Amino acid sequence: MIEIHNIHKSFNGVKVLNGISGIFETGKTNLLLGASGTGKSVLLQCIVGLVKPDIGSITYDGKVFTNNKLDLKQEIRRKIGMLFQGSALFDSMTVEENVEFPLRMLTSMSRGERKDRVEFCLKRVGLENAGKKMPSEISGGMKKRVGIARAIAPNSSYLFCDEPNSGLDPLTAIKIDELIYEITQEYDITTVIVTHDMNSVMEIGDKIMFLHKGNKLWEGGRDNIMDTDVKELQEFIFASSLMKAAKKVEEELGSLEDITSIADNNDETAAKAENNTPDSPKGTERYLRTNAGGDPPGSPDMLV
Amino acid sequence: MKTFGRFLIFLKSLLVRGESFRILANRTLDEAVLIGINSIFIVGVVSTFIGAVTCVQVAYNLTSAFIPNSTIGFMVREMTLLELAPTITSIVLAGKVGSNIAGGLGTMRITEQVDALEVMGINSASYLVLPKIIASMLMFPLLVILSMFLSILGGYVAGSLSGALTGQEYIDGIRQNFIPYNIVFALIKSVVFAFLISSISSFQGYNTKGGALEVGAASTNAVTNSIIAVLIADFICAQVLL
Repeated sequence: MIEIHNIHKSFNGVKVLNGISGIFETGKTNLLLGASGTGKSVLLQCIVGLVKPDIGSITYDGKVFTNNKLDLKQEIRRKIGMLFQGSALFDSMTVEENVEFPLRMLTSMSRGERKDRVEFCLKRVGLENAGKKMPSEISGGMKKRVGIARAIAPNSSYLFCDEPNSGLDPLTAIKIDELIYEITQEYDITTVIVTHDMNSVMEIGDKIMFLHKGNKLWEGGRDNIMDTDVKELQEFIFASSLMKAAKKVEEELGSLEDITSIADNNDETAAKAENNTPDSPKGTERYLRTNAGGDPPGSPDMLV
Repeated sequence: MKTFGRFLIFLKSLLVRGESFRILANRTLDEAVLIGINSIFIVGVVSTFIGAVTCVQVAYNLTSAFIPNSTIGFMVREMTLLELAPTITSIVLAGKVGSNIAGGLGTMRITEQVDALEVMGINSASYLVLPKIIASMLMFPLLVILSMFLSILGGYVAGSLSGALTGQEYIDGIRQNFIPYNIVFALIKSVVFAFLISSISSFQGYNTKGGALEVGAASTNAVTNSIIAVLIADFICAQVLL
């Protein structure tokens, strides 16, 4: 379990994180959700120690990470696996060598043990035949898989993923999501994922923290995210789903221009919706029905 | 001054929480191959022609009948040992090795490979940069020795072929008033230059921020700053050691 308390961070006087607190639970996929520029990645970097928070504390299973001795920090860091946005594979090494790297550096495994572990990890992510290839010879989705294999190779207790779906086609993105979810369950690790993909939220979001302008505005799970009354989250969900839903809504409303005009006038429409009957739909569902006339984004049709 | 301060902090960071000796030795060996072996060709070509041109130009300027032809060999040797081999070789290597180091580290930085090392609990500066500096300090003197040999050989070939002096006169010249300390001086300079080029280039590359454009800028800055540092260090070495 990772606990963050009152994290503040500014860059050149610009406040990026404003007192974020929360708990990331073990065995669950914890999502940091928000639009670009809301401080998700900075928060993740604070948690893994790449950026030092101005104020606040971070504890890993009760061990304080911030402002602690370097040795203890190193001890915690050696249990961390991270999948970077661009995979961050070492260009000069083969896929096998990339996965073996943390084992060589962080463990006292023999060559044979390392070889077995590398084979196991690559098999686990479905890349048993790609070991000899260079990172430049594999696709973006495969790079992400290698990144996951490298992250779990040293039996990491914590897995961090910075936008694991970025740059991937929807099908591969879902596969990567599923892989991360399965690994989290299988090894009972604490997984924290930075994302702005609503598909990921609905697929694997055991616990979701929604950030907006450096503030935590909402916390919950995928089961209740559609019931939120937080306007910013409603807008985010609406905007995320709009492109996917556009085709369907177009059929119902007539043209994309209509949707745009509805989106422009959403404040006025939402105000009118407030005066609707008491048993009108709640939260985001109401927002979407009021504004776009379509199904909520959580409905299966809109998330495929 | 602020940048210089950051540079000193960067150098200090190379020496804290480093990896094991075995890993450092392996990494240094890899870097030595990249820095040393891959530079032999360019150092060889540049040195040979510098020796040849020096010989021809000295011969062109020595018109007095009272100066023996062997002086040409003597002057080629002195210029080569004291200045041309260590300094020109280092400037060539600043372009080749310095830009390579800065570009490589800069790319690793912008593609988050450096962050990946840090997240694993590895001191990225020590792991990536220290072997480059040690390898440079080991390989530069060897390249300078090669440069000395080829430069003097180039002078011999050019002098003989152009008819400026005979081979025997040239050999007599390069054996005249030989001061062994000049070799030591050249090798000390090469070690100093190696440290400056590798550390400055690493600093530029390691601190790259942004994208591909900034990696290019880091490489350019690395070469420019390294050459300036080499020339300043050359003057200081000459003042202090001669």
